[in-house]
Amino acid sequence: MDTAQPHKHPNYLLIWLYLFLLTVAELGLAFELPISRNMKLILLLFLAVWKALLVALFFMHLKFERWNLRILAIVPLPLAAILILAVITEHIW
Amino acid sequence: MTHAAVAASAMRPPFPAERGVDVYNKKLGMWVFLGSEVMFFTALIGSYVILRFGAPGPWALPGKVLNIPVTAFNTFLLICSSVSMVKAYAAIANGDQKWLKIWFGLTILCGAGFVSVQAYEYTHLIHHGFLPSGYRDGSELAELAAANPVMYGQAVAGLYGSTFFTMTGFHGFHVTCGVISMLYLYVTRVLPGKYTKDDHAGVEVVGLYWHFVDLVWIILFTIVYLI
Repeated sequence: MDTAQPHKHPNYLLIWLYLFLLTVAELGLAFELPISRNMKLILLLFLAVWKALLVALFFMHLKFERWNLRILAIVPLPLAAILILAVITEHIW
Repeated sequence: MTHAAVAASAMRPPFPAERGVDVYNKKLGMWVFLGSEVMFFTALIGSYVILRFGAPGPWALPGKVLNIPVTAFNTFLLICSSVSMVKAYAAIANGDQKWLKIWFGLTILCGAGFVSVQAYEYTHLIHHGFLPSGYRDGSELAELAAANPVMYGQAVAGLYGSTFFTMTGFHGFHVTCGVISMLYLYVTRVLPGKYTKDDHAGVEVVGLYWHFVDLVWIILFTIVYLI
């Protein structure tokens, strides 16, 4: 049933530890670090995307899937970005 | 040639059949569904962005209205459930029934824990006067907002409430559906030992859904609670 390319299972507990530490870093960044609001926004979004990528690549096994399935997962993302950007223009103009 | 054979021949495409994406149908179907879910949550997040940044006043500061420690614990719970789900998948991929039952059961417990904590959070917020329509008149939050209108985003409390409950509510609904699905699979397939090393599609497919729900929460936690 496993259609991914043959691979050794990654160290899932290590990924869990990364996710935990990144969450702690997010909380510290949001409430403790005295930096500008815009910088905080950028760093928090960066950490969130990093965590989301860890889940998608290792827990959802996208790192080990064939490219045709990866493309299926990637295709909605540019559409989502276009939608968000289009909505943001409403605020800018 | 019979009429049926002629009809079947006419329906055949004029080119040789090709292999698909080399993925079994259930998994392909789940990925296509998740693609539609990406667009669903993007619409919610997009609406949130325009409402927040186009609002006539600043949003409440992080941690002023929402209970961050409780939600941080809930985030931790969901991350734990994601790792237990993938461990369940790895266990049955190696044919290990015992650990499949343990990890899958833990995933259900963590998922149910997440829903319970979210229900507690909602109850707590509503009790303190935070509603989808804003701060309830006469409530503790309404008084705090009157004393510190900028810090508590008094001018946009209605937008804050409606976007918060809509986004976290839809996510909570997805988690609830996931817990119910996993519970069904646990009783009908996992406990009776119906999944094997060669046939464990259900674990992989429900796992994909569960990790996606975790992934969405990672984004929501940042943009709703921390920013």
